[in-house]
Amino acid sequence: MSSALTNLTIGDCRSLIEKREVTALSLAEEYYAHIENQDARIGAFLTLSKERALQQADRTDRMAVEGQLLPPLAGVPVAIKDVMSTRGVRTTAGSKSLATYIPAYDCTAVARLEAAGAVILGKTNCDEFAMGSSNENSAFGPVRNPRDRSRVPGGSSGGSAAAVAADMAVAALGSDTGGSIRQPASFCGVIGLMPTYGRVSRYGLIAFASSLDHIGPLTKTVKDAATILKTIAGRDPLDSTSADVRVPDYVAELEQPLGALKLGVAQEYFGEGLDDEVRHAVESAIDRLKSLGCEIVPLSLPHTAYAIPTYYIIATAEAASNLARYDGARYSFRAAGVKSLSEMYRRSRDQGFGAEVKRRIMLGTYALSAGYYEAYYLKAQKVRTLLARDFQEAFRKVDAIVTPTSPTAAFRLGEKSDDPLAMYLADIYTVTADLAGIPGISVPCGETQQKLPIGFQILGKHFDESTVLRIAHAYEQASQTAS
Amino acid sequence: MKITEKDVAYVADLANLELTAAERAGMLRDLNSILGYIERLNQLDTSKVQPMAQVSGGLGVDQSKPGSEGFACASREDVVEGLRKSLPQDVALQNAPDADGTFFRVPKVIER
Repeated sequence: MSSALTNLTIGDCRSLIEKREVTALSLAEEYYAHIENQDARIGAFLTLSKERALQQADRTDRMAVEGQLLPPLAGVPVAIKDVMSTRGVRTTAGSKSLATYIPAYDCTAVARLEAAGAVILGKTNCDEFAMGSSNENSAFGPVRNPRDRSRVPGGSSGGSAAAVAADMAVAALGSDTGGSIRQPASFCGVIGLMPTYGRVSRYGLIAFASSLDHIGPLTKTVKDAATILKTIAGRDPLDSTSADVRVPDYVAELEQPLGALKLGVAQEYFGEGLDDEVRHAVESAIDRLKSLGCEIVPLSLPHTAYAIPTYYIIATAEAASNLARYDGARYSFRAAGVKSLSEMYRRSRDQGFGAEVKRRIMLGTYALSAGYYEAYYLKAQKVRTLLARDFQEAFRKVDAIVTPTSPTAAFRLGEKSDDPLAMYLADIYTVTADLAGIPGISVPCGETQQKLPIGFQILGKHFDESTVLRIAHAYEQASQTAS
Repeated sequence: MKITEKDVAYVADLANLELTAAERAGMLRDLNSILGYIERLNQLDTSKVQPMAQVSGGLGVDQSKPGSEGFACASREDVVEGLRKSLPQDVALQNAPDADGTFFRVPKVIER
């Protein structure tokens, strides 16, 4: 029943409510009805937070009736990836170990969205502890790609991407540690933005790899991504790594002319393994940007081939440390019938974690263990420096870098689930930005012959989301005019 | 550098995991495959490269304070309940698998 109301942007929602053509309450109820109808086929949501959503919608409606100035996200129905803590609403991280966990506090990004008027519809499915590239690692079952149900939505923010793509939310929050916002956005045909590391507070985000985790929006338009980023960005005393850097008005800056921006195209992102249809679509997108006045500058990011091995050491090492807290004692799953404390730890973790999470804990623990720390962890930290330097060098010459988001369009469920290494390689074009801490956005740029969405990625300088968004917006406007 | 069944058992123990025999066999295969791929890092000479633990030590620099160190803005007064209130005891115990109203309850610690 995709009625007119379930295909709205943030701006549409706010103005309809402001003009009192629709109430926030009826809008929320309409989205819930749509979820009820559609989500059994997709599996995007794990928990609906109806009570909290309807209370919030009611508050907005009362403000509208009183003629008060409505906040920027007034009445906008949003979905939250289930790795972000929500007070009073079950938060599982896609894991059996947190299947009944109800946080006592809100993630800062969620609190800021709600303070800006957003209506939190519910929590979206994801790979367990955000570890995966297909959403098949959720303890609560996979999410299906709304474009083709035999295919994955990407991961780990698969539920958030699918919810937006299937009109079950106007926008969603996801998290990105190695590509988990941008890759599912490209697989589902929506916008996915990973901000600079430190741009958005990680307080209340269930930690996977602390030096790599980012929160960001998945939306239908670039403008909506800019609106959400503006709302959630900025210093938060509760996250000591959140940066004290001015938050610009990303929405206002979208409309500034592109001018003669220099866009880098790195040969390493167009090599072996890139699907021909994806290559063609991304090259067409680059041509379009050129026709908008951008200058295309060929360049090299020579250490790109080392990004995946570097990532899988650093991310798993940090994960092994972060996941030590799931001990079965305080808030996570406890195995039944355990007779001693050490048995409680081992059995609870054995039964609470899925196969991929255990694999990563093992890899990370090995990489940090005595005798191997220097060969693996320290080596990876040094290569991370080289990867970050590649980008520093490149950004002396260009304003942004354009690449494919993923080497292929959405693959089939089960296609890669027996081969962890093949799955890891799905992140080959996205992990570099996480390691360097720079912002990146995935923007839809066409379809394969089988009608599967293709996305391209724009990477920018630290804290230069404005330029990334401006290029994405100009491209989006130009493609809409063309089609 | 191939890892062995003994290594898998040792690492599982460090990670507080038990793993079934089938899981251990799968782990041996997968870890060797991934570590084999990771070997390619040794193609790079990193003897003169500094390790990178964080994206930038400069991200948290407080612009208003001259000479501010990285993450200077992260420092705060050392006071009880400085940034936020502590959780009340009953709320903190709410998600516990087993609690007695005051403490988390766990099986006995001393095993012999």
